[in-house]
Amino acid sequence: MNQNKTQLTEEEIKLFGDLMPEELAAIVHSGLNRRHFMKLVGLASAGLLASHLIGAEQLFARAIDMEIEDLPEVAIENGVTVNFKVNASSKKVLIDSRSTLLDTLRERLGLTGSKKGCDHGQCGACTVIVDGNRVLSCLTLAATCEGKSVITIEGLAKDNELNPMQAAFLKHDGFQCGFCTPGQICSAVALMKEAKDGQASYITQDIRANKSSILLSDDEIAERMSGNICRCGAYPNIVAAINEAQTGKDVEQNWLFAG
Amino acid sequence: MRPFKYTSTNSTSDATNLLVKNPNAHFLAGGTNLIDLMKEDVERPDELIDLTRLDLTSVSAITTGLNNGGVTIGAVGKNTDAANHQLIRQNFPLLTKAILAGASAQIRNMATNGGNLLQRTRCSYFYDTAMPCNKRSPGTGCAAKEGINRMHAIFGWSEDCVAVYPSDMAIALSALDANVKVMQADGKIRSIPIQDFHRLPGNHPEKDNNLNRGDLITSIEIPKNKFAAHSAYVKVRDRNSYAFALVSVAAGLELDGNKIVSAHISMGGVAHKPWRALKSEAFLKGKAATTANFKAAAEAEMVDAKTLSHNKFKVDLGKNTIVSALEIALRGTDSKA
Repeated sequence: MNQNKTQLTEEEIKLFGDLMPEELAAIVHSGLNRRHFMKLVGLASAGLLASHLIGAEQLFARAIDMEIEDLPEVAIENGVTVNFKVNASSKKVLIDSRSTLLDTLRERLGLTGSKKGCDHGQCGACTVIVDGNRVLSCLTLAATCEGKSVITIEGLAKDNELNPMQAAFLKHDGFQCGFCTPGQICSAVALMKEAKDGQASYITQDIRANKSSILLSDDEIAERMSGNICRCGAYPNIVAAINEAQTGKDVEQNWLFAG
Repeated sequence: MRPFKYTSTNSTSDATNLLVKNPNAHFLAGGTNLIDLMKEDVERPDELIDLTRLDLTSVSAITTGLNNGGVTIGAVGKNTDAANHQLIRQNFPLLTKAILAGASAQIRNMATNGGNLLQRTRCSYFYDTAMPCNKRSPGTGCAAKEGINRMHAIFGWSEDCVAVYPSDMAIALSALDANVKVMQADGKIRSIPIQDFHRLPGNHPEKDNNLNRGDLITSIEIPKNKFAAHSAYVKVRDRNSYAFALVSVAAGLELDGNKIVSAHISMGGVAHKPWRALKSEAFLKGKAATTANFKAAAEAEMVDAKTLSHNKFKVDLGKNTIVSALEIALRGTDSKA
């Protein structure tokens, strides 16, 4: 498989130069790899990374441009060629008909941001946005995605600018371990469109009235995000982050949320 | 997951022809249940025929015939779109509520209306291929009957199967007296009343419904009713959201002042099919809409419940849920729970 290559900006080169001077040459020439990442994690746990956190987060949020390596045809019993868009770039990939969208993203396209939590549609960690709607990539066959447009966590930031939902999750600590976070954020981004379109939830009042844009209460956010489980229990922070992204105004966390 | 051939078609006749040709082929719609069951090795098709590109997605008003004033819902349309269609929110809010009580936003964006009716039970013994299950492997026995059966049936079960049917949407469709339109393998269309669509387990729990091989659901039709302003869907579950029902109740009250002209009540989480509470309905017909009458109506239905070792709680829960649903319906569809 080709090595992941990442073009770094001058700011990012400076960031890595500050943090990992002895690694800089390797990073600039070969891109960021797992060894560098683990070292960064070590620096983060030592507190050295804190002041550079936003810059590093931006780098990790960027899509990695990896070439698709075709599987040898002989290895595929029921091959399906799928043409679809992933984070606005066109992809053509030959897959086994059994491949889920999640496995195709992670194993074939190198987009490992979408996480495999339960692999049975119960946790939401694999949530991605297909043709504007949030879906579970673990229960979606990649073969059914012909002609569709998929957005993953890697496709939310624009260049070095985080999506407002990503920034709000950072600001409000909308995570602990972070495993559910890509799914939470993709889910929350799609939720903003659903609210704008006036979609109802089980707890929405006045569902018989004409549909209009809804400003979501904390209860509405909780109900509508119930498909994304956070084992660390960062729910009050997640709700606050979504509320802030929704209103564009600073939001204080509601500690009485669970009561 | 076992290997399978994947085919997609935009022709209903091609879809049924392909299915009939291969006894191990299976239709695929949203996949939210089927793909999971294939991962668990419960379903083992060797061919999937993807229906999601069929032109069967629209929701539209019925303007002629017996069901004039009703609505028809395309089988391949998504649950989210059906729940949020203005016509359904306005005239059939009970259906909107029930759909939105089920699953999560992600799953409702994937799941289709026809597929929702064909959900298989979530009985854990059905999912566990190491255990006996007459529904999964006829003749092997029922592990749930003497096993952990807290989630299981209290009405209509048999010695062979005590599983419950999991859909919320279908419980509302039952109270709304919907009809399921089906294209047969020979191309003819037939209409199945929702009460006759699903089965009780009897000696053949492997059959969830009365569809024949090659039948393709094309739409669901709901007739006009007079209780849009007085309906409720109440779902009781182990957590507040994103869980299957312990008990759910869909209720609609057609009122003349405070007098009940007709009551329409169906229960979920209690049987192998949507359980129409006919005894409650008969009790309420012509009576005053009072809490005392609601309680007596709930009692009339639940007196026939036959509980298993772990689900005796469903009797009182069922009564209370019927009463709650009727009280919300009486106050008005958009009133607070």
